[in-house]
Amino acid sequence: MVKPSSLQKTLSKGAKLTSAMAVESGEEDDLSINEQAISASEDEEGSDDERKHKKLLEAISSMGGRKRKKQNERSEASVQVSEFFVNAEGTGEKINLSDLLGTVEKTSGASNKTKKQLRNLQNSKGTLALPLNKQETEKIQRGIAYEKTTKEVSCWQNIIVQNRKAEQIVFPLNQESSGPKRVEQVVAGWKAQTPLEQEIFRLLRINSQPVNDPVLTAVEEASLKAMSLEEAKIRRSELQKTRALQSYYEAKAKREKNIKSKKYRRIQKKAKHKEFLKQFEEMVKTNPEGALEELKKMELSRMQERMSLKHQNSGKWAKSKAIMAKYDDSARKAMQEQLQMNKDLTQKIVVLSDDEHESNEEGLETVPDFVNNPEPVIDPVNPWMRGQLTHEEPEVSCVTTEEPQTAEQENEEEELIGEFERKRNLRQADEEDLIPTEEQKPESEVVEDDVVEVSDKEEEEEDEEEEDVSEFNTLFRLMRSEKTLEGPNQKSQGLNTPEREGEEGLLNEGPIRVRNIEDLEVLPEDVDPQPIAAPSLPQTAVGEATSEPPNKKRREIDLKEVLTKDARVVKVPFLPKVVEEEDHDEQISIIKEAFAGDDVISDFIKDKRKQEAAGKPKVVDLTLPGWGEWGGVGLKPSRWKRKRFRIKMAPSPPRQDRKLPDTIISENRSTSIASHQVSQLPFPFQNTAQFESCIRTPIGQTWNTQGVVKKMTKPKVITNLGAIIEPMVKEDFIKNKTTTSAGKGPAIMLGENKRANKGRKWSSAKHRGRRGSQKRKKQQTSVTA
Amino acid sequence: MKVKVLCRNPDDYVRETTRDIQRVPRNYDPTLHPFEVPREYTRALNATKLERVFAKPFVASLDGHRDGISCITKHAKSLSTIISGACDGEVKVWNLTKQECLRTVQAHEGFVRGICSRFCGTSFFTVGDDKTIKQWNMEAPGYGVREEPINTILGKAVFTGIDHHQREGTFVTCGQTVDIWDEQRSSPIRSFSWGVDSFSCVRYNPVETELLASCASDRSIVLYDTRESAPLRKVIMQLRSNTLCWNPMEAYYFTCANEDYNLYTYDIRNLDVPVNVHMDHVSAVLDVDYSPTGREFVSASFDKTVRIFPKNQNHSREVYHTKRMQHVICVRWSADNKYVLSGSDEMNIRLWKANASEKLGLLSAREKAAANYNKKLIEKFQHHPQVKRIARHRHVPRDVLKQKRELQEMKEARRRKEQNVRKHSKPGSVPLLTEKEKHVVAVVE
Repeated sequence: MVKPSSLQKTLSKGAKLTSAMAVESGEEDDLSINEQAISASEDEEGSDDERKHKKLLEAISSMGGRKRKKQNERSEASVQVSEFFVNAEGTGEKINLSDLLGTVEKTSGASNKTKKQLRNLQNSKGTLALPLNKQETEKIQRGIAYEKTTKEVSCWQNIIVQNRKAEQIVFPLNQESSGPKRVEQVVAGWKAQTPLEQEIFRLLRINSQPVNDPVLTAVEEASLKAMSLEEAKIRRSELQKTRALQSYYEAKAKREKNIKSKKYRRIQKKAKHKEFLKQFEEMVKTNPEGALEELKKMELSRMQERMSLKHQNSGKWAKSKAIMAKYDDSARKAMQEQLQMNKDLTQKIVVLSDDEHESNEEGLETVPDFVNNPEPVIDPVNPWMRGQLTHEEPEVSCVTTEEPQTAEQENEEEELIGEFERKRNLRQADEEDLIPTEEQKPESEVVEDDVVEVSDKEEEEEDEEEEDVSEFNTLFRLMRSEKTLEGPNQKSQGLNTPEREGEEGLLNEGPIRVRNIEDLEVLPEDVDPQPIAAPSLPQTAVGEATSEPPNKKRREIDLKEVLTKDARVVKVPFLPKVVEEEDHDEQISIIKEAFAGDDVISDFIKDKRKQEAAGKPKVVDLTLPGWGEWGGVGLKPSRWKRKRFRIKMAPSPPRQDRKLPDTIISENRSTSIASHQVSQLPFPFQNTAQFESCIRTPIGQTWNTQGVVKKMTKPKVITNLGAIIEPMVKEDFIKNKTTTSAGKGPAIMLGENKRANKGRKWSSAKHRGRRGSQKRKKQQTSVTA
Repeated sequence: MKVKVLCRNPDDYVRETTRDIQRVPRNYDPTLHPFEVPREYTRALNATKLERVFAKPFVASLDGHRDGISCITKHAKSLSTIISGACDGEVKVWNLTKQECLRTVQAHEGFVRGICSRFCGTSFFTVGDDKTIKQWNMEAPGYGVREEPINTILGKAVFTGIDHHQREGTFVTCGQTVDIWDEQRSSPIRSFSWGVDSFSCVRYNPVETELLASCASDRSIVLYDTRESAPLRKVIMQLRSNTLCWNPMEAYYFTCANEDYNLYTYDIRNLDVPVNVHMDHVSAVLDVDYSPTGREFVSASFDKTVRIFPKNQNHSREVYHTKRMQHVICVRWSADNKYVLSGSDEMNIRLWKANASEKLGLLSAREKAAANYNKKLIEKFQHHPQVKRIARHRHVPRDVLKQKRELQEMKEARRRKEQNVRKHSKPGSVPLLTEKEKHVVAVVE
């Protein structure tokens, strides 16, 4: 029972194998062997021993040599006897190529080229290469197909990259415009059925007309598409405006036309003449040909004047006036005017030669330069400042104790002031933008006042900050300043000059300092004006250099003294503001009373010093008593040993608060905060500064305006509720890909062409648009459904 | 003379309606609002915590099948309709909004191996173990009328998967070969085969609609182009891929779910190395589906979890599981990018939110703004340890956890061994392979 089943198995296996081999192909010899083997096994089943034996022998023999072919050969009757009673002689002979080609030579239809090629072929002795086997060819085919496909697919790369980079992307990508739709869009499988309908639609389509009434023509649709609603609104309002203006103008012209006053006319005429002259001058520059024509016209009028004698004393009016002129001043004047007119008109116009023209032009050009140049230098913003500045200048100069200033320097100063003023205005404008209710500061303030005000403002701001941060600091400062003032009073008197100097420095430095402290946005703008004042730059630089160091120096000195000396000995002038002091006098006295006993400042300084000392690296003592010498109570390790085994550590980096007398900055790592801090630089950031700046910018509504918050918090992906997000459609995104299913489209192709056009336009414009991709799909459903 | 007048514009402080919130004028001067970073950090931390508190992804369970769910498909045009096939040959059409079964069809004898909906949503196709392809009308027959397929095609071998063309009336099945069918014909218009292995899954590319990819049981993934006569290319991996899914927004990427617990994202232009290896499952991954936005994908695994991966990250951002959910066999992402559907062995289809803590339904403008702000805050402070700790925390079943640890240990051991081998062999003879390079055996042209 087992045997047949196993046999069957082998059988089926063999069959499978053969089929597989047939698929694989290639080694035909193996195949034949297999076949033989199978047949042999098959015959084992039979009882006929003889036959079996014979078959086996045959199989063996077929394995050995090439006899197989003979066995398989069939005898064909047609070789001997033709089916069509045609003598099939010479069938056994081989046919040569020349036999076949001989006829070609004779036929007239074949071209010379092919004949030549065939002759060459005949003469060539080389054998052709074997065709590649099936596997190889398939592999090549696959390779080519793969290349093709990858190339085709790669056209998506730009779109994919763009979508990945997009700050926001709204799905579904192609949103359908809401609103009424056409019948063909809604009803899927509608076709023009009757011949009449078909004919009509054909005609309509040929003429690219709309198929049913509400639908717009292609041109109309295009024009609709060309303008969005907002654009249309803007355009409409513009048109309205122009129309209104036109009507006003017309009314005005009408009114003017009706005026009968001669005086008015005269004035008008004069004005016109003036205008004309101005225009003519312009014309000479811009349009010499037109100017020449005008010139000719003028010449003509002159000729007419000379011929007509209109403005000479020969007229009736002139004669009467001449009589009156003896007694009447106005008449005389009129006469003179007329004569003047005549003179003007008859005067010959000098035609300028080219070089003269040019020189004149040059003159014209130079004049505006000359006129324009000083103005921005003096003050670009408000021209009336000029007078005030000159007024102001001596005061400023008298305050300064520096070297005498030249006029140029004055100019520079003015320039700086102007710049400063401009910046201030800019900032004010910005502030106004932010807080519209803020009062606008009058611009007509004196410059010096301005500067002082700004500095005051800064200081006030600083104060505010400090108050915000901790009350202690202000108290501390007040106390300190009070203390300093308690000391030598004459010192503050003597301070006056350096303070003034400082003010002078401020005046010069003004814009720069402002730039440093606030308004970082203006910074790049500030760089630009510098090159304009390039020639005078070194001097300003010198001025800055001279004015800045004392300032800095002074600051550093006082800091140092505060740090190094005892609190009581501190006599270094701070920058006390008298006004403030007066304000806080009461408070100070109260505080003084309250803390009469304890010296807070010295305590603080002591504390700080202690901290500093603690922070300093200590000497590590590694000496072991008793090694190499006697040890015990009262015995010190030797000097050599101490020298050897005491290790000095490298000095710690400078403290952050070394220049801040009234603060202690702890540089210890606090463990409670550490758990909330980022220990490693996260991936996309390249340095800590980047990361910190990213964290530092707040995004909440507390710190930003609504619009900014909205912009900053906008999500990357937006999906509409209940909208199906379809996969991308190639025709929408890839430009030169025409619709593949155009041939299969519905009978009416009205959507099709338009779509192609639209697709092109749209893809060139942007990827996110509103297009009816639905429509196409519906149309296609009609095909297949 | 300039006259200064105090004026108050009522527009600045009066509400338009009484339902409006009170208008609060604000001064955005940074000095008035100090400590912005610590304050925002606190907010971010709170937002993270709230996100975790509100993360309740499970929406509903659809029960009614009498055997394990073997396949699910979405309706092409209706968001609320899904079709599921079970291992007993039953096909059910569900309404998601009502969470009820609309229709039950005994479609096949034996498993329903694959379902796909026609692109227009008028009918759907099923293939089963009984070697048939059946086309069914999407609408239920009238009362008293027997359920009968529109079309039945009897094939020569078992079909294991089916997918429909995005825009044309052709579909593709796989089994012994990959066959492309015209809806109007009863024999395939073309069939591809490369070697003799059977296929487990075939998918049309939704963007480049003539492209196909299939998973074969000889551990390979084969690409086809229906316009070409031969398959394009084959990549052989270390273990078999169960299913694959094309990215619907990025034409040349697909992700395959592999038996070796990982998912691999490939760029078809370069099959030598996968673009990404997505690891987190602790058992064979059985199904994968991309979100319609193409940004994420969801995978179902034999380890009884569903995971959501960002397409370009190696680890999952979310893991869903319930006590009663057994081996998850199929998973789909809804077409509006809001839900995930999973069908599992224990005869239930589960509906999950794609974004676990998202509030469902219509949001007011303020709610939306707050949600956006919170999301942004979490994103901004995502690197801070506390935020990271809270945001990344997920509860998983103990088995999964154990297995994960075990796998980690194994991986570490393997790494160590390799290191040792490298140390004791000739320099350069044991090459350093990245995780991506390890899993591809060969690319066959």
